[in-house]
Amino acid sequence: MAETLKRTALYDEHRRLGGRMVPFAGWELPVQYDGTGPTVEHNAVRTQAGLFDIDHMGQVEVAGPDALPFLQRLQVSDLSDLPVRGARYSLMCYADGGVVDDIFVYRLGDQRWWVIVNAANRHKDVAWMQAHAVGFDVEIRDLSDETYMLALQGPLAQAVLQRLTPLDLNTVPFHTCAEAEVAGIPTLIGATGYTGEYGYELFFPAGEAVTMWRALLEAGRADGLLPCGLAARDSLRFEPCLPLYGHEIHAEVDPISARLGWAVSFAKGDFVGRDALLKVKLEGPKQVLVGFEMVDKGVPRGDYPVAVDGRVVGKVTTGMKAPTSGRFVGLAYVPVAHSAIGSPIDIVIRDQPKRAVVVKRPFYTPAYRRR
Amino acid sequence: MAYKYDPTARYAKTHDWARVEGDLVACGISDYAQHALSDVVYIELPDVGTTITQGQVYSTVESVKAAEEVYAPVSGEIVEVNEALADAPELLNSDPYGAWIIKVRPSDLSELDSLMDAAAYEAFVQEEEKGGH
Repeated sequence: MAETLKRTALYDEHRRLGGRMVPFAGWELPVQYDGTGPTVEHNAVRTQAGLFDIDHMGQVEVAGPDALPFLQRLQVSDLSDLPVRGARYSLMCYADGGVVDDIFVYRLGDQRWWVIVNAANRHKDVAWMQAHAVGFDVEIRDLSDETYMLALQGPLAQAVLQRLTPLDLNTVPFHTCAEAEVAGIPTLIGATGYTGEYGYELFFPAGEAVTMWRALLEAGRADGLLPCGLAARDSLRFEPCLPLYGHEIHAEVDPISARLGWAVSFAKGDFVGRDALLKVKLEGPKQVLVGFEMVDKGVPRGDYPVAVDGRVVGKVTTGMKAPTSGRFVGLAYVPVAHSAIGSPIDIVIRDQPKRAVVVKRPFYTPAYRRR
Repeated sequence: MAYKYDPTARYAKTHDWARVEGDLVACGISDYAQHALSDVVYIELPDVGTTITQGQVYSTVESVKAAEEVYAPVSGEIVEVNEALADAPELLNSDPYGAWIIKVRPSDLSELDSLMDAAAYEAFVQEEEKGGH
């Protein structure tokens, strides 16, 4: 592979902490840290707190008098009721309903919004946004290079962050954001994340990355805060069944089939992909994403075939031994006829069909959904 | 990285070790191998009574990262399987030289001569580290 991988400003910090660097979406990032490892890092986030370098993710500012109508047309959710300082998960779709990317939308002002996009899709997304801005009075700016992004996640994330900011974090509830100093650095604090735990995503000037990273690790040392790699990030988002672009969602699958219909608003008016998605909703999807658990012994993994009666009918998108429960579980696309809870399916592991059964999703109830 | 080596074992280039224990040979994976695998979550154990040939795959170890095949360092008949690994495969991470996978009644002990001793294997690992990752 001749392609040059990009390094984040924290590359040397990761190496010093024993980070095992691997290529991911064009970047060289730690998959795990030696001395802890994926399971320990995963458990730290579930029980204490973890810190993730996610600078590879992109930040795109949309501003101007037509920002709201433009975003209403560009993505699938209804943002008209999102207040200033609100944040929401959504998706951008192609006209045929396939997913361009899943995104997080922050409303920073009446006419100023941020759209957080996946690293691998950044340039494609910005081009897609520009192409659809014709006729709208908006300015679209890719702020990814000058903006650094860290995720601080876990039940102790608030206590850790509170030590570094004068802002009362009780005034920043889940899925809102606020601007404040953190470790003396002007920061946009988003009470968001992708682990199934409460926590924060922090946006600040890229030149301050090392200062912020060290300050957070130091502030959380006594609480068991650990730096966490990509492996833990994947298992943490997998257990609550949060989709990952390129696996559960991509250009060939629509949000309805991916069980993300809750994010789609048909009532808000027209948007790119609406007709195609409405058709899927009315006619029902052909394949749907299901959760499954192994009955036979074996580790399910992404891309393994799903078979019924010896015939391949679908594909695993993500599978693993879920670290929190120890269950061998996965997500897979299967025909609707085999999607009911309790349906037997086979996962083909190294050419051997292994029995599994469709089970309820998610595999882990996110902290913010517990009553 | 500093890895652990069992001075009483002999090693294959596939990072499998073999250790003579009485008239049997215990087989497992090296500290370097378990480190490269990352956290082990599952092992597919072979059946007692299976005959294996040096270099043949006899087990698959699955980590959070990937499934990796395990190669027989010697030929012979599998007479014991470490059933403790079925419930606690992570022992391969925490104690790679204690956590033997199988014990083999060897058919040709001279095969051990084709394997590296601990010092030669350590040098081999250091070369791998330099060249690879």
